[in-house]
Amino acid sequence: MKAFDLIVVGAGIVGAACAAAAAHEGLTVAVVEPGPVGGGSTAAAMGHLVAMDDDPAELALSAYSLRLWERYAMLPEIEFSRCGTLWVARDERELAAVPARIARLAGAGLRAERVDARQLYELEPQLAPGLAGGMRVPDEAVVYPPRMARHLLDQAGAAGAQAWLGRRVVELLEHGVRLDDGTRLAGPVLVATGVALPQLLPELPLYPRKGQLAITDRYPGLIRHQLLELGYADSAHGDAERSVAFNVQPRPTGQILVGSSRESGVADREVSLPLLWQMLQRTFAFLPILRGLQGIRIWTGLRPATPDGRPYLGPLPGRRDVWVAAGHEGLGVTTALGSARLIVDGLLGRVPAIDPAPYLPARMLGGAAA
Amino acid sequence: MTEPVRRYDVLVVGAGPAGLAAARAAASHGARVGLVDAQPRAGGQVWRHDVRRGMPAMARRAFAALAAPGVDWLPGTQAVLAQPGWLLADGPRGALQLHYRALVLATGARELLLPFPGWTLPGVTGAGGAQALAKQGWPLRGKRVLVAGSGPLLLAAAATLRAHGAQLLGIHEQAPLHALRDFALRLPRWPGKALQALALRTRLAGVAYRAGSVVVAAHGDDVLREVEIDGPRGRARLACDQLAVGYGLVPDTGLAELLGCRLEAAGRHRRVAADALLRTSVDGVFAAGEALGIGGRDCARIEGAMAGHVAAGAEAPARALSARRRHARAFAGLLHETFALDPRIHALARPGTLVCRCEDVPLGALADLPDARDAKLASRCGMGACQGRICGTALAELGVCRPEASSDGGRRPPLFPVRLAALAESFTHDPQEKRP
Repeated sequence: MKAFDLIVVGAGIVGAACAAAAAHEGLTVAVVEPGPVGGGSTAAAMGHLVAMDDDPAELALSAYSLRLWERYAMLPEIEFSRCGTLWVARDERELAAVPARIARLAGAGLRAERVDARQLYELEPQLAPGLAGGMRVPDEAVVYPPRMARHLLDQAGAAGAQAWLGRRVVELLEHGVRLDDGTRLAGPVLVATGVALPQLLPELPLYPRKGQLAITDRYPGLIRHQLLELGYADSAHGDAERSVAFNVQPRPTGQILVGSSRESGVADREVSLPLLWQMLQRTFAFLPILRGLQGIRIWTGLRPATPDGRPYLGPLPGRRDVWVAAGHEGLGVTTALGSARLIVDGLLGRVPAIDPAPYLPARMLGGAAA
Repeated sequence: MTEPVRRYDVLVVGAGPAGLAAARAAASHGARVGLVDAQPRAGGQVWRHDVRRGMPAMARRAFAALAAPGVDWLPGTQAVLAQPGWLLADGPRGALQLHYRALVLATGARELLLPFPGWTLPGVTGAGGAQALAKQGWPLRGKRVLVAGSGPLLLAAAATLRAHGAQLLGIHEQAPLHALRDFALRLPRWPGKALQALALRTRLAGVAYRAGSVVVAAHGDDVLREVEIDGPRGRARLACDQLAVGYGLVPDTGLAELLGCRLEAAGRHRRVAADALLRTSVDGVFAAGEALGIGGRDCARIEGAMAGHVAAGAEAPARALSARRRHARAFAGLLHETFALDPRIHALARPGTLVCRCEDVPLGALADLPDARDAKLASRCGMGACQGRICGTALAELGVCRPEASSDGGRRPPLFPVRLAALAESFTHDPQEKRP
């Protein structure tokens, strides 16, 4: 039986980032992935690198991760495009909340600026008339997530990690895993299987939150920023079973990616037409020009969601040598790199750059956070 | 006439020979029939309207279906999305909800285009593509055109191109001479086909027809200048304005896939699986013609009629056509044998040759990627406007990446690019759009 310092289960962007970080530290690493690399939630994701500031823990992890992303900004294959994020205020009430958000972002070291109505239309002339202004976060970017997952896995491989692609972990053993072909690998295990987490760790609550995206043909220059409504967090983090929000992204190709929606407790991958109607109508209300654009593809994806909206990062009490990195919901692409650092610091017994306590899986198991 | 929600007993998608026959057969039983086609005129590819020349008599007779009582003909209407019991379509009347009890897929075929050095140069098209352009009035007078690739489509395309004034430099069929001879010897079993071939040959009198001859490269700076041929007499370069090169047809299974119909292997490609009464694996969904495997016009007409009858609830008249169907399908089998592709053709593309034109992906970028989904995620191959219709088919033919086995079963609408507004049409009088 082969022995490793760490067996990473899952090569989505989170698992791949953990494998790369661990291998970089000199650990001997195994990665097991049954499907394509970055083929799950990673492939379905928008790839927006964004700081969400409505939860301090989420803000700390995303701000930390955004700094780590900078070293990949010049990597052509991940299609890093620093378009910035422009949060759009519909009215004076939404605009009035902007200074507090700017202050929170500044507290995490992120630059943001208030935008009045005139500036808003200079930045994005296609926006519907009558909007109040907004907030611009100029350093945020978009990437192509499956390529980043592959790049990270390649990095891990270059540092000596071994990958079992096309193989599935069917069982967690006392100190290792068993694969579907009977192979046994020994060592501490990191479960980074996203929405599939309950298959290996049923004790951790995690459920799919389905999203739908549409992408258009190429319209270069039509919009310049990732555009979101300031009310986005209400949709994204509210408790509604189904919600939509204005969330549109210019791809470097000139294609426009149109989101976003959330549906709780739905595990099928069918496109939901009523929700698509709602999502597109919401989009047209902000960007009427999109009505006439050619949509070339609609797809769905499942976000791995936890009850409190925070990911699981750390050791799992009650199991020997089992760690978890999963449950990032819609922020897995943004926070993969920071998550990987927290995991590796934890494995090596180091003091991490940010407080790991809010993300420890122990919080869900009735015990006090370690 | 502008009612956006329409209900039919039988909805037929595709108004080529199969779809026209299906509509007529279904209507003959009193069914309310909807017939949609993305093209502005009926006929499909084989009976595509020619701006300068008339229609064959057989086509004119088939077009009677358009005016048959009970048939609602919706030209220029593209089905884009499937829901249980209805399709979303977009066209000149705006977005439509087309509800059905039975659905007949008469979606036809697509041309197989294969990459070779220079195939993306302006001046290079498919053979069927060139024929369609000619019929739409594309100026060809005096242009030097070379027709190449494989299959009977080359003769039909060449005849159309010539009739529109092209100067044909020759027809280069990749199949070897002995295969074509065997084919000719067995042709009398299908007298109609033999006559058709003879008529085409007559219209192409004086045009060189070369067997065992393969286009290996197209040369030119910014447009096509020369075509390089590898034939029984060795390699040669021919100065040329237009190259029409196609390697035959593959079933168009896109709508069947959206509906979740089971597909089965057809050589290196896939076709819709159906039973003897043309029922697919999805209840109430039937298929006819090329979608069931390339069989040609006569096969499509027979199967279209069968599917139309069964979809309207009349099995007996469909069963009565079974023998004719088998005969027509046997001809299709002969075609596949005769025009099987030479392995030379599979080896034409170089690592630097583009396979995905939408996203500029060269063949070399796909090395070591086991399936089309891996290829897509790693290289963007198939992610552009055509959504892999061209490169996915080519890669399947080359055996480079297995067809996509995606986690959502490949059911990713729309079938074709469509206005976002059409996808946002909720068909209620209470649009959810609000002021922001």
